Amino acid sequence: MRGRTIKVDMLARVEGEGALTVKVRHGAVDDVKLRIFEPPRLFEAFLRGRDFREAGDITARICGICHSAYQMSASHAMEDLCGVNPGPRVRNLRRLISCGEWIESHTLHVYLLHAPDFLGYEDAIRMAKDYGSVVAKGLRLKKAGNLIMSTLLGREVHPVNMRVGGFWRAPSREEVASLEGPLEEALAIARDTVRFTGDLTFPDFEQNYQFVALRSEDEYAINHGRLVSSKGLDIPVSQYEEHFVEEQVPHSTALHSVIKGRGSYFVGPLARFNLNYDKLSPTAQAAAREVGLGVPCLNPFKSIVVRAVETLYACEEALRLVRGYEPPDPPSVEVSPVAGVATGCTEAPRGILYHRYTVDERGVIRNAKIVPPTAQNQRRMEEDLMALVPAYLDEPEEHLTWRCEQAIRNYDPCISCSTHFLQLNLDRK
Amino acid sequence: MRVVVIGVGSEGRGDDAAGLIAAMALRRLMGDAEIHTSSGDPTDLMALWEGADAAILVDAAMSGAEPGTVHRFVPTDEPLPAELACRPSTHALGVPQAIELGRALGALPPRLVVYAIEARSMQPEAPLSPQVAEACERAAQQIAAEVRSLTAKRGEAARGRAGADPTRYWPPGR
Repeated sequence: MRGRTIKVDMLARVEGEGALTVKVRHGAVDDVKLRIFEPPRLFEAFLRGRDFREAGDITARICGICHSAYQMSASHAMEDLCGVNPGPRVRNLRRLISCGEWIESHTLHVYLLHAPDFLGYEDAIRMAKDYGSVVAKGLRLKKAGNLIMSTLLGREVHPVNMRVGGFWRAPSREEVASLEGPLEEALAIARDTVRFTGDLTFPDFEQNYQFVALRSEDEYAINHGRLVSSKGLDIPVSQYEEHFVEEQVPHSTALHSVIKGRGSYFVGPLARFNLNYDKLSPTAQAAAREVGLGVPCLNPFKSIVVRAVETLYACEEALRLVRGYEPPDPPSVEVSPVAGVATGCTEAPRGILYHRYTVDERGVIRNAKIVPPTAQNQRRMEEDLMALVPAYLDEPEEHLTWRCEQAIRNYDPCISCSTHFLQLNLDRK
Repeated sequence: MRVVVIGVGSEGRGDDAAGLIAAMALRRLMGDAEIHTSSGDPTDLMALWEGADAAILVDAAMSGAEPGTVHRFVPTDEPLPAELACRPSTHALGVPQAIELGRALGALPPRLVVYAIEARSMQPEAPLSPQVAEACERAAQQIAAEVRSLTAKRGEAARGRAGADPTRYWPPGR
């Protein structure tokens, strides 16, 4: 049989840009390369020589949609190193912010980036023509997430209010209370979103995944916890680099993350759902059950439903935090520099986001390592494609190409965290 | 006649701030007009132009033209040119996609105008290119003239609240 190379040079509907090559020889998948281009570690270089208090603001610019997760991981790392505990009010306010970020990010992905795949539309715009009221509702849900961010942080993108030790200004009770109405509406739309996604048709595809997430006994972990896996790993964040290593691959300047001796792993909503289902609220669990979603869930295409369930949980949790809000006073604790190695890890919408900094006695950052969730899912994405493609080899190439794109979008890859701009080069054989 | 101007962009990525800079320049020229800034998020844009008779967006573009070129389009008259409509954006969904989404949902203002300032580079931490800085001023002048002409046509003064403190969106000292 003639060999085929399927190239998708610009993946639509992921953030940033990426490229995919699948080589088929003699009817079998020979190779899969997901190409993500990145100027090597630009941001890690920018951080050298900067003050430890700037890490959050600088790294937040890596990603336009999960900027707060970067602030969280950086702040936690520095606070841990400096022996500072900002207290429960700051912690709750941060959790509220993370809920807002999850709502924003997941909703954008579900409605505008991924649902079109399942419904057979080329893009959300075409889908909106037939599903106008559904998309309009989805946008209102996203707006609630945006509102949390802008109310609490001063503006939606690259917010200014977070700092090591807490916040520059604690939002007032009135400001936070104003979120209650929009969140109640959002909760109702989130319930509908679970039903909408639960109704979609999913390819019959499962893999033996090694899921990794933060786990806490107190709550569905977002900003605090130990690192656990579905294959028995259970470590503090500070031991991340003893188990998770990055390997350079020739076709991409992004690095492939693996667990030492165990290979690829899977972070993000599906990992969290599988590892922390028992910590979801009864409402969220019931909504999942209602659409036939349970644990273990090993079908990555169902990530879209899991995102909807997490969005529902985030709306509920945000309401709880809004109703119980106590402004931290003072808004921040004082922090003095400490020399050493700072580690922090929080659950960004797409999965665990790890930061490590080496800081000197004056508080100057000497060295930094940032590992975004999408970078950690790289190898797993390629392995999914290797496993998926054989089932569709006899289909028209267009259909196979679309399935590959849909499969990559299961991971909601934030390629802008791992890459910079790519030259568009369409070349189909 | 209610006219809303929206500067779209991101800081910290070189010329991608062009829309924000143009908005700041506009606030100096037209202190009493409705001038906002946005990251370009579709929900944000639709909320900002809701209820307006006309909206003018200003953003950076990289279509291959000479840096500093100021393009003007009227999406309510005709769809944006193809090379703008599918260019991936530095924002999560670009302004062209936000506009088309608005159109599909029947959520565009009666008149929508887009000014696109051709960027030279959008590298992180890079300063604004000189040609782009000059183009932002030029675009602001053109937009101010267009706003005046739109409001004068109806014989009413431009109404609206002044834009928010510009230093809120562009930290002093940068």
